[in-house]
Amino acid sequence: MTEELLRVEDLWVRFPTPSGKVVEAVRGVSFSLGRERLGIVGESGSGKSMTGRSILRLVRPPGQVQAKRIMFHDQDLLTLSERKMRQVRGNRISMVMQDPKFSLNPVMTVGRQIAEAYRLHTGASRREAKRATLEMLEAVQIRDPERVRDLYPHEVSGGMGQRIMIAMMLAPDPEILIADEPTSALDVTVQTSVLRIIDRLVKERGMGLIFISHDLNLVATFCDRILIMYAGRVVETCEASRLHEAKHPYTRGLLNALPRLDEPKAALEAMTRDPAWTEAPSVDGYL
Amino acid sequence: MASDTLQSTSHTGWRAWLLTDTPASRMQARLGQLYLGWRTFRSNPLALIGFLIIVALVLMAIFAPLLAVHDPYAQNLDLRLRAPGEDGYWLGSDDLGRDIWSRIVHGAPITLQIVAIVAVTAPTIGLLVGTAAGYLGGWIDVVLMRITDIFLAFPRLVLALAFVAVLGAGIENAILAITLTAWPPYARIARAETLTIRRADFIAAIRLQGAGPIRIITGHIWPLCLSSIIIRVTLDMAGVILTAAGLGFLGLGAQPPLPEWGAMISAGRDFFLDSWWVATIPGLAIFIVSLGFNLLGDGLRDVLDPKRKSA
Amino acid sequence: MTDTTAAAGRRRTAPLVRRGAALLSTLGVIAVTMFGLIFVTFIIGRVMPVDPVLAVVGERASKEIYDRVYFEMGLDKSLVEQFWIYLTDVLTGNFGTSTLTARPVVEDIARVFPATLELATIGVIIGIVFGVPMGVTAAVYQGRWPDHVVRLFGLFGYSMPIFWLALMGLIIFYGNLDWVGAPTGRVDVFYQDIVPPVTGMILIDSAIAGDWTIFWNAVSHVVLPAAILGYYSLAYISRMTRSFMIEELSKEYVTTARVKGLSERAVIWRHAVGNVSVPLITVIALSYANLLEGSVLTETIFSWPGLGQYITNALLNADMAAVLGGTVVVGLTFVGLNMLSDVLYRVLDPRARS
Ligand SMILES: Nc1ncnc2c1ncn2[C@@H]1O[C@H](COP(=O)(O)OP(=O)(O)OP(=O)(O)O)[C@@H](O)[C@H]1O
Ligand SMILES: [Mg+2]
Repeated sequence: MTEELLRVEDLWVRFPTPSGKVVEAVRGVSFSLGRERLGIVGESGSGKSMTGRSILRLVRPPGQVQAKRIMFHDQDLLTLSERKMRQVRGNRISMVMQDPKFSLNPVMTVGRQIAEAYRLHTGASRREAKRATLEMLEAVQIRDPERVRDLYPHEVSGGMGQRIMIAMMLAPDPEILIADEPTSALDVTVQTSVLRIIDRLVKERGMGLIFISHDLNLVATFCDRILIMYAGRVVETCEASRLHEAKHPYTRGLLNALPRLDEPKAALEAMTRDPAWTEAPSVDGYL
Repeated sequence: MASDTLQSTSHTGWRAWLLTDTPASRMQARLGQLYLGWRTFRSNPLALIGFLIIVALVLMAIFAPLLAVHDPYAQNLDLRLRAPGEDGYWLGSDDLGRDIWSRIVHGAPITLQIVAIVAVTAPTIGLLVGTAAGYLGGWIDVVLMRITDIFLAFPRLVLALAFVAVLGAGIENAILAITLTAWPPYARIARAETLTIRRADFIAAIRLQGAGPIRIITGHIWPLCLSSIIIRVTLDMAGVILTAAGLGFLGLGAQPPLPEWGAMISAGRDFFLDSWWVATIPGLAIFIVSLGFNLLGDGLRDVLDPKRKSA
Repeated sequence: MTDTTAAAGRRRTAPLVRRGAALLSTLGVIAVTMFGLIFVTFIIGRVMPVDPVLAVVGERASKEIYDRVYFEMGLDKSLVEQFWIYLTDVLTGNFGTSTLTARPVVEDIARVFPATLELATIGVIIGIVFGVPMGVTAAVYQGRWPDHVVRLFGLFGYSMPIFWLALMGLIIFYGNLDWVGAPTGRVDVFYQDIVPPVTGMILIDSAIAGDWTIFWNAVSHVVLPAAILGYYSLAYISRMTRSFMIEELSKEYVTTARVKGLSERAVIWRHAVGNVSVPLITVIALSYANLLEGSVLTETIFSWPGLGQYITNALLNADMAAVLGGTVVVGLTFVGLNMLSDVLYRVLDPRARS
């Protein structure tokens, strides 16, 4: 567990706005990732997605990414050429996006989309890619892969779409998977099955997982380690098993806001936010 | 947003007031929007050029008698087809020895008149038809939109040609024909906007307060349609100028000796290989003016249309 | 896996009935539009003129001719009856007789239409070949100089009177450089009416006849008018491509494609352009239709014996039957192209297919 796959040091993401102000989406985040499941939790707009996308260098203009370094093994992703970076994307670090409805190409069959990713990094033949596609579809527990392969994204349900997404992103066998709220667009009933698939594949392949979510409960049960983000900073980091020992008032607030069956409350507490949280420096989340 | 940090602190006094994230009144919000719009517009040099071209056209039209160095109708058969710069003709003379510069200058009010009339009438018709269709709905909507579609089914110039053919050639009829062919897109826009606005919660709220349909349409829907209509008008004016010029060129618009630019090109057509300037110069005038409208329209769209505003 | 079966079920039962209804309603709209089109030309031809007979026969016609035409046009009948006759006439392809050529208008149009089609087709091909890559480039480099160049180039096209551009082209490429043929129509005068008309398009007909002299002569004549129409179509196509692409490039699946590690070229051309190609078909069909309009003025300059020149000649000679016939045909082509793009859209977009 101690081998470090990825190390992000002092990451900043900024967006200049037309009125001249600069929105700082991520402010000095540092963490590292081993062969483990790292959860990033925070409310909407706290900079989780931007953190994930910065690693792949996929923050769109006008967004600007700045960091001391983003080390993947012994190379700094920030200094790689775009060409070298493309060999990292998909191949060694991959990402599952939030909503399969929007993140699959609507005019390409799902089979072609999976095969495309696979062939790109393995140089496999068309036939081999076809076989791998079916295999991947089976690996994400799709019943009738032969048929599903020829469907278009709008013809599959959300849960199936997300499993197809996972199949596509894991086909080239990457070392790190970033899952950006992979289940928040899905029905509660299929959420668990999708999560289980991610969990199994990540474990089987010994990958590192960055699991982004706004659901503290889910992350606590699903991950090994947790970063809590607030207003672009990491306010607290802890082992998932020791979440109850968390000290930061924001984390405590989140924990207290969760309804619990064993301790019923008359009313859920609304959190009072201390402006000082925004100003306090980011905690680092190294291993 | 908690993480916003004010990077540049140079905003002082009124500017900070205009750009505040928490306007205290509707007026302040509106002025702030206007100011931001103006800044976007000003930072777009092409739009500014377009704006200046239109201003120049208006000034030219107003001061035509002062700018013209010759009588635009005075013929001088001894000085026919003089090249630009010859014999005191800055831009040359045409086949009847008339000064092209003076004719161009006196053509400006004609162009402006066409543009102004169409810019007022066509959107008005379109707005009436479109809001009526969108607000009333039902079979009225179906009928009105079918009529609109039928007009849209003709290429504009061809339909205008057919109208002029029966109405008779002449500038008034050309304007009428252009208006008749120009309104349908406005009706479409107005209807689409009306449909989205009509469903908005705030309209329901206004209706609950007892506002009648007329008040809702004139007081709330029309003002909201305005920005898309303005963009469309500006972009359309280039097309109107070109259609008018086309009719003039075919001899169906302004009649000689009126110095309408399209008709002037037509006059130069018979000897365009030898005396290129006679046809070239009025065409350049048309080109510059419609380019002005296009540039301005493009710039306005960036400012006024929040849906298309680029990040 | 309940979601799998549910999706499959939805797909299989995508009811034929619904698709049939959609097709019927499209056909209904087209029928109504065509009806309206004919109605409008009826109004223009019969109701708006103070004296429709005079509009047809001209002011100097004798009393006998006037009376004959009066009854021929059925002006003694009620307007409803007149419209009914007009409608059935048009639907059976009877547009009356041209006073200018003394032939049925339908025959005239059938003769001139291929020339316009030839010109417009080459124009639209030029528009696609240059316009699409330019629009894509502009979108990719949004806000930077390639974008400004493409936009400005397109705006220039939007701002020039087409007949003026044609004259400028002739001054430069015919008058000064002598690179292109004279504006005498599709070939030089002494080559006219030599190759037997098969398709009516001279490039194809001369190639069929194996007459390469005429073929190359025709090429030298078509280059300039086609390039000018092509420029107009390019201006429109590049502008629309740009705006479609800008929207498309901001979508999430484009990021997915990048996450996979695809090259920017594959992301843009395979994924994004693949998605805009469907709406682009509509744009291309519209641009084709617009060229019909552009050809009215262009043909006049180049003496191109097509529909545009036919209509303008008829106009200048007060040949109302020919004007209205031409207008109806242009309108029908317009509607037809729109319909075609609609059908293509349904066929090509997987989302509309099922
Ligand atoms: N194009 C942009 N321009 C300006 N600000 C932006 C832009 N894109 C993102 N941001 C800002 O970046 C911040 C972080 O966004 P991010 O998508 O990382 O949030 P998130 O934590 O993933 O939220 P969510 O749970 O809603 O996905 C937000 O506050 C947002 O305002
Ligand atoms: Mg997010």
